[in-house]
Amino acid sequence: MPLLSTLVLIAVTQTPTSPEAGSHPFDDVAKVLQHPRCMNCHPAGERPLQKDTQLFHKQNVSRRIEQLGHACTTCHPGKAVPGADLPPGAPHWNMPSARVPMVFEKRTPQQLCEQLKDPTANGNRTLEQLRAHMAEDAIVKWGFSPGEGRSVPPLSHEEFVRRVDAWLAAGAPCPQHPLAPQKPATPPSVAPTPSK
Amino acid sequence: MVKLVINGVERELDVPEDMPLLWVLREVAGMTGTKFGCGAALCGACTVHVNGIATRSCVMPVGTLAGQRITTIEGLAQGGVKHPCQRAWMELSVPQCGYCQSGQIMSASALLAAQPEPTNEDIDAVMAGNLCRCGTYPRIRAAIHRASELAKQERVDLKAAIGVAEPKEGH
Repeated sequence: MPLLSTLVLIAVTQTPTSPEAGSHPFDDVAKVLQHPRCMNCHPAGERPLQKDTQLFHKQNVSRRIEQLGHACTTCHPGKAVPGADLPPGAPHWNMPSARVPMVFEKRTPQQLCEQLKDPTANGNRTLEQLRAHMAEDAIVKWGFSPGEGRSVPPLSHEEFVRRVDAWLAAGAPCPQHPLAPQKPATPPSVAPTPSK
Repeated sequence: MVKLVINGVERELDVPEDMPLLWVLREVAGMTGTKFGCGAALCGACTVHVNGIATRSCVMPVGTLAGQRITTIEGLAQGGVKHPCQRAWMELSVPQCGYCQSGQIMSASALLAAQPEPTNEDIDAVMAGNLCRCGTYPRIRAAIHRASELAKQERVDLKAAIGVAEPKEGH
């Protein structure tokens, strides 16, 4: 095929937003949301994930504890306390409810974006309310300065909010290219239910 | 100064806001029934109730709990009547060394307030965070079922017994 024809073919098959990762206004937002500091509390199942290895949370923790007289705040303090091996803390430490689980795990950026914008999936929140959660919520801010022994998302919180604002200013478009979903969490090597 | 309601009594305590609640209870309020185990919210020996929710007191800065209702093992019995968990624990001789048992009872009583007839799976879901080096787990499970029976027979209001707060909705 002549070179000119090839270039024309490439030009007409490219969408207005490049399919390459990072070129769509939402892609960098997705990279932050799917970092362990955010995704560990937005899992695909009932059990939160833990640490950068994203193993299931120890101590058999699941969303069910909220119906059984316990809560994430049973162990997670309302403010960070120093120590790599201590439970991380921030005000109202919790997971999204079972009714509105807001799953970040095992989602393509497209699926994640569409879920964020869907009132039936996001707790009937407006985009402005979602921005407020990402820009102002103390538990979100904690994820960008989580203390010793924990990695941070690829962007600073300030830069993340700028990317969110740029995405919103562009009309909150969702990427139309199917990037592979995040690698699922590694299952525990032994059955999680303790023998008590 | 930090104000707390400890076992129904309002207390104003001159303590640093970063002091863990466990230190406040044991060293300032003189309530030594709540035990220090790991100091990292990993073993459950220090469990108390904060507004009816089981809480590891060893990692909770007291300043984050201002004005809230704290119940310790010393405050679980009401009007001289022991909580069904305490009676079931005695009936089945659950403790061996006993060190972890006040934390076990506080977690179990929070469970029963929310789920008066828990299944084994319910028990495992929340008691997994309370460790027992003596391995009394089978007796703990049996005692929770027995406490459930006692409360049902005697029509004990298990929520009122510990003052459970309304559950919060996730963000």
